[in-house]
Amino acid sequence: MTNLLELKNVSKIYSRGLLSQVSTTALNNVSLRLDDHEPTVMTVAGESGSGKTTLAMLLLGFIEPTSGQIFYKGQDIHTLRGEDRMMFRREVQAVFQDPFAVFNPFYTVDHLLSVPIDRFKLAKSKSEARDKMVEALTAVGLRPGDVLGRFPHQLSGGQRQRINVARALMLRPKLLVADEPVSMVDASLRANILETLRGLQKNYGVSVIYITHDLTTAYHVAKSIVVLYRGCVMEAGDVDTVIKSPQHPYTRLLVDSIPWPDINRRWGETQIKAREMDLTEQVVGCRFSSRCPFVMDKCSQDPPLFQLNHYQAASCYLLEGNPVIAPEKISDLLPV
Amino acid sequence: MIAPSTTMKDSVVLQVRNLQVSYYTDAGRARALDGVDLTLCAGEKLGLVGESGSGKSTMALAMMRMIKPPGRIEGGQVIVDGTDLIHISDKAMLKARLSKIAYIPQGAMNSLNPVIRIGAQMMDAIKAHKDESTSDWISAADMEKRCKQALESVDLKSNVFKMYAHELSGGMKQRVCIAISILLRPKVIIADEPTSALDVVTQRQVMETIDRVQEQIGAAVILIGHDMGLMAQFVDKVAVMYAGRLMELSNVRDMFTDPKHPYAQALIRSLPNLENKGVFNGIPGMAPALLQLPGGCAFHPRCPYVMEICKTQRPEPTTLPGERIVECYLYPANA
Repeated sequence: MTNLLELKNVSKIYSRGLLSQVSTTALNNVSLRLDDHEPTVMTVAGESGSGKTTLAMLLLGFIEPTSGQIFYKGQDIHTLRGEDRMMFRREVQAVFQDPFAVFNPFYTVDHLLSVPIDRFKLAKSKSEARDKMVEALTAVGLRPGDVLGRFPHQLSGGQRQRINVARALMLRPKLLVADEPVSMVDASLRANILETLRGLQKNYGVSVIYITHDLTTAYHVAKSIVVLYRGCVMEAGDVDTVIKSPQHPYTRLLVDSIPWPDINRRWGETQIKAREMDLTEQVVGCRFSSRCPFVMDKCSQDPPLFQLNHYQAASCYLLEGNPVIAPEKISDLLPV
Repeated sequence: MIAPSTTMKDSVVLQVRNLQVSYYTDAGRARALDGVDLTLCAGEKLGLVGESGSGKSTMALAMMRMIKPPGRIEGGQVIVDGTDLIHISDKAMLKARLSKIAYIPQGAMNSLNPVIRIGAQMMDAIKAHKDESTSDWISAADMEKRCKQALESVDLKSNVFKMYAHELSGGMKQRVCIAISILLRPKVIIADEPTSALDVVTQRQVMETIDRVQEQIGAAVILIGHDMGLMAQFVDKVAVMYAGRLMELSNVRDMFTDPKHPYAQALIRSLPNLENKGVFNGIPGMAPALLQLPGGCAFHPRCPYVMEICKTQRPEPTTLPGERIVECYLYPANA
């Protein structure tokens, strides 16, 4: 079994101030693994400041981890040079949050799509390049005639976001990192984009890491889920199990706060403790303890991950008694 | 000032009649609002939903009379508490904003001035509406007290008064905006996607805050957004807009259990829930460009039940049992 992508005990600490006295732990000892042969859709969920975007940046190689390593097909991505680096750049693609900000407004869609074709020498002739564009646009459910030759401002947010996915798809990636791809898109168009993402996994064998704070969409596209809070893994497992029976108090709060479009399912009764604190504030032990309604003395020490069943683990002392599982093993629980 | 044309029940605080707004662009006239009618009672919460370009935000801006050229309000009335806001003077409108009708804009947290303390911005709002020469002038100390009360009512500590916007998180800034909007106890509060940039937990806090302050001051709330889930949890009535027209107005339970208009039906069907995992029902077709609206019913090119008449004639609003208003030929007026 080879790993497409592996994160080994990755931490990222941002420091600022003179002599870097002030530091913020954005990601704390996270280990994940994606299998090469079985493409999957994995969700990384959490609220703002949980380290989701830091994780995306690390995966894409934009920033280096403070400690730990990230391997792509067995090689540390920060030691990749030359050919290998180009391959990594080509095979790992991204879709970002804001479909309005990622395009150069002076270029037509044709130009935007031809840049990666030229860069990675995907086509031998102009007509072949054109065929590739048409194929990719059709695959994401756009009519090429509608978008080719147009400028970004002439397209809707949903169309732009799908062009992003098409651009990524043209490169035949192995992994797509989608950072909040639908949060700025109309609800009626979300369905189309999410369907496109899932189609990538099913029809093209692309693994997708779907980063979001929206558990509703996560539930619908993903197979597995990792819930982050202030850089730590709170709960992880099969998406059905985690969302239908969340065990960690934080996951429960998250699930409880989903505004379900269902008139018979009201917002839960779980009281919310407002987070009125600074992210730089150092919390010892469980990161969630300051907001947790069930906080105990023990919580001042880091809780280990407890394996609850075949497909679920959570990091909370309330679940003590279940077998402890090493953080590196967490990917074994995630179904593909 | 033009008196409202009908006598109103005392509980009705907002009446919008045949509101029309157009934008005059180089490419022609875009009808962003085309004859919208709406009635809202004190304490009621209305959700205004629709995709981008359907006229939701134009509706809010028109009610505040904040449409900027090339846009123009071309007709209709917005009657708040007995005053038609469209026909009062600009000066009177300045006073009416915030004291009769308040607006929490989209991305409100970015509307706070970064170089002025929160407290000073709140005081400004009060000062602009009070005249030093008249009897309702209040002292600076009283103003400060009032601002702090408003902050406390949105669950913020009163020391936020002395802070700057950058010292607050997104949710806190959003709550400051809510505090400002309730300072002068308006009759109507319009919130344009107040939580679109916030995560679920903060979103819930903000919505619960709006809910609570609304009850305290008995205002009517119009919540604009495209998140149907939020609507299901928060509002009493839902109005579905499409291409500048109100397609359906129903109470929230009817809308979610038995939507009438084909567009509303498609919208409800497209919602994800726990039962239909992995089923995505997007709405086929594209929203029409306002510059080239299809003739007749604007939804007819995407409508599965399209009839000949839909292509030529725009349907009139029909009232159905349960105070539901639908604009569609599937529901003839006399049926």
